[in-house]
Amino acid sequence: MSDRLAVRKTYKLYLGGAFPRSESGRTYEVHDAKGHFVANAAWASRKDARDAVVAARGAFAKWSAATAYNRGQVLYRVAEVMEGRAAQFAEEVAAGEGLSTGRARAAVDAAIDRWVWYAGWTDKLAAVLGSTNPVAGPYFGFSVPEPTGVVAVLAPQRSSLLGLVSVLAPVLAAGNTAVLVSSKERPLPAITLGEVLATSDVPGGVANLLTGDAAEIGPWLAEHADVDAIDLAGAPAPLSMELERSAAGTVKRVLRAAPEEPDWTADPGLSRLRPFLETKSVWHPIGV
Amino acid sequence: MTHVLDPGALTGGGSLTGPLPDPFADVTRSNDAFRAFLHGLPGVDQVGAQARVTQLGTRSIKSTAKAWAIDTAISMVDLTTLEGADTPGKVRSLAAKARRPDPTDPSCPAVAAVCVYGDLAGVATEALTGTGINVAAVATAFPSGRASREVKLADVRDAVANGADEIDMVIDRGAFLTGRYLDVFEEIVAVKEACGPAHLKVILETGELVTLDAVRRASWLAMLAGGDFIKTSTGKVSPAATLPVCLVMLEAVRDFRAATGRQVGVKPAGGIKTTKDAVKHLVLVNETAGADWLSPDWFRFGASSLLNDLLLQRQKLRTGHYSGPDHVSVD
Repeated sequence: MSDRLAVRKTYKLYLGGAFPRSESGRTYEVHDAKGHFVANAAWASRKDARDAVVAARGAFAKWSAATAYNRGQVLYRVAEVMEGRAAQFAEEVAAGEGLSTGRARAAVDAAIDRWVWYAGWTDKLAAVLGSTNPVAGPYFGFSVPEPTGVVAVLAPQRSSLLGLVSVLAPVLAAGNTAVLVSSKERPLPAITLGEVLATSDVPGGVANLLTGDAAEIGPWLAEHADVDAIDLAGAPAPLSMELERSAAGTVKRVLRAAPEEPDWTADPGLSRLRPFLETKSVWHPIGV
Repeated sequence: MTHVLDPGALTGGGSLTGPLPDPFADVTRSNDAFRAFLHGLPGVDQVGAQARVTQLGTRSIKSTAKAWAIDTAISMVDLTTLEGADTPGKVRSLAAKARRPDPTDPSCPAVAAVCVYGDLAGVATEALTGTGINVAAVATAFPSGRASREVKLADVRDAVANGADEIDMVIDRGAFLTGRYLDVFEEIVAVKEACGPAHLKVILETGELVTLDAVRRASWLAMLAGGDFIKTSTGKVSPAATLPVCLVMLEAVRDFRAATGRQVGVKPAGGIKTTKDAVKHLVLVNETAGADWLSPDWFRFGASSLLNDLLLQRQKLRTGHYSGPDHVSVD
């Protein structure tokens, strides 16, 4: 039996529900933890980020207006498809992070469980974070959480799948749309997650995954007037200060990065959901 | 792929400096003669036209050239609202936007004109008096053009009486497609007369003409009949303005000026939504008709959503960061 020719991989971006090449035409080599060549990934430019924001803004109206129940179902479906791809994810995590097969598989399981956990939160957020306010008058006062809008996410640089899921899923569960910049050195799980999102029921543009350098694209996203919030999880230390400063120009919600990348296996609670929700309070007269 | 008719050949070696005798005076003596003339125009190489616009569309326009292109494009916009739901209030808010497209930046140029239905031309005129911005009104049973000539002419007179500086008329596509070219010609001549001092833009509705050959014929027909502008579309039919159609029309105005000495403007309308589209059109104008047409007097964009995209790009160049739709007015 003759040897097969290797199928060489040059991955693309996941943007607006499609898989375009970077507008810049750039790619970069991805190596595993031992320094061996694995694949070529698209090297996203600021214009890809701009296009992604347009796609995310376009998808926001429908995604944010979907019922919490429906959003939960769609996100659960993502976990189902991830489960089917678990072996592929495990291989990529093992190669990228230099983990043993068993530990990589454990990280994948934790990531899928994390996604299911966030899928379950969609229809509970209003009950936990909203309230019927005590008022002194013949009316009701309600406070309800609403999604912030388009959220830029700089994904963790080290934890390529569990960290990625831990920052992306809460943004989507809250009803926001996301523009995510993956880990630069370990982008493969993000690329595969893009393929998962494309084949589940997530509408195009709700999640846009860019592979490339957060230090290059981050400043453009932080300054972008049509981005409502930014998660700095994957911004290296001196950069995060700078990004926070530029984000102030358009009064973005900023979720700061911890000084060291945290242990993503810990229970996140509501710490990543609450920052991307706005509270709307309404008065409503009591009927007769 | 040049189609310039040699003016010397047509005028018997006459000089270009003096007023030219009309070399086409007798082509409209009968429908048959007119048909023979129009069908005698060189055919359009459709694949060539497509390839040409694709190639020109790859031109990279950056930094200062882009800033110039954006400001020029803004000054060429005919800010348009042609909806059944138009109200005087909407026209007044559009007029305010026409005067100061970007209220946060006084250096932003005003648009060329506001384009409305004839009955609202009075409201627009009132709101734009003294600003130098023209009021364009669509007339002649826009957008279908399906009405008798008396009705169409009354429509035009009414719009002019309401203060319109420019009239956008539609041709009778039914007559054009059945080969009654002289009827179409005479109708344009009659409308031109009814316009009085107002400029006449002739809408060819290229989406219904099907072929580029028909676009070239319709362009020549409209120019011979005295149109001051030829305009692609009403915006109500898809496809509206496309680059190959615009190329053919720009070639027609270029050749017409070379043959008669009279310059006619071009207005693509409908479907031009992004700054990139607008810049591609400007490149096409410069490379086809020439820099003489790169002015709001000779080239216009019929658009509504285009202006906001131009403003967003302009803000990006000014501030250095990307802007968003929250930072321009909602029309």
